[in-house]
Amino acid sequence: MKLPRASRYCLFLAVLAVDLGILAFRPEVGWAILRTTAQNFYQMARFLPPVFLVLGFLDVWVPRATVVAALGQRSGLNGMLLAFFLGFAAAGPLYAAFPIASVMLAKGASFFNVLVFLGAWSTLKLPMTLYELSALGPRFALTRWGLNAIGIVAMAAFITRLFSGREMENLYRRQPAVQAARPGNPARR
Amino acid sequence: MTYVAVYLAAAGILVLSLRKDPARTKQAARKSLSAFLDILPDFMAVLALIGLVLTILPPGSISAMLGPASGWAGMALASVVGSITLIPGFVAFPLAKSLLDAGAGVAQTAMFVTTLMAVGTVTAPAEVKYLGRKATLLRNGLAFAWAVVVALVLGVVVR
Repeated sequence: MKLPRASRYCLFLAVLAVDLGILAFRPEVGWAILRTTAQNFYQMARFLPPVFLVLGFLDVWVPRATVVAALGQRSGLNGMLLAFFLGFAAAGPLYAAFPIASVMLAKGASFFNVLVFLGAWSTLKLPMTLYELSALGPRFALTRWGLNAIGIVAMAAFITRLFSGREMENLYRRQPAVQAARPGNPARR
Repeated sequence: MTYVAVYLAAAGILVLSLRKDPARTKQAARKSLSAFLDILPDFMAVLALIGLVLTILPPGSISAMLGPASGWAGMALASVVGSITLIPGFVAFPLAKSLLDAGAGVAQTAMFVTTLMAVGTVTAPAEVKYLGRKATLLRNGLAFAWAVVVALVLGVVVR
């Protein structure tokens, strides 16, 4: 277990420095910023532990072959629908989806399917849609949902086409999950 | 409520995994922890940025500028604010409703909601870490362009 290098906290510390600067000159704004930031951290602390726990289990228990078959390059329409459904059934902010997308890639899911998954997660999530239905009405919510469903698949196909074979290889190789999983992971053999 | 479901699911998997193989469960937990620690600096930066931006630029303050007569300028403004900030749906939708009730145009509101959920500038550092620069730029850029299409269609369909 190694901790991330201290330099990686640069951006966080820079933002914090700006916050403190504002706090010095405009205390009421500064406190409001710190309060909102603390709330964000609280939300993350509530949400991320189970997400990462499940990630670890997926990594150890789900064999790579299963993911390749279900979501890989040759999974076809079923793979796309599964990716779509996984994003649709999700709950939580989009940034929680990135580590999941990473494990999917590391386990051999196709880039296209991962993009469909991210797209569905971002705008078509079921809990959000139910909420939207009640807040903005079925006409607004359903039209938006339908248009986004089309857009997500089209965008995923388009982005995938823009990646050359080599870029695709680099994308798969850069996944943190691949690096973390490398030594002695039985599920990857 | 969703939190309870997520925690129950995670706890269920944990119990199943422990019964099947404690050693591998330990391995899984270790992986979870290292994956979490690895991304923590990026997440912390994202959360701090959201806190800063949301306070300096409260989304409610733009409602006055998004009237139906605001046209393209209103849409541009809605998209800019929607793209920087990342607000959870349970805040975004009531806010969108209050925008509509306060007289904002449908297209402007749709633009705001869609970019809010799909386009994130402050989350980009975390996204780049996993997907790389090219995919991040393409995903956000295309989602932005698509939001314009959705907004225009909604402006016609919903009246």
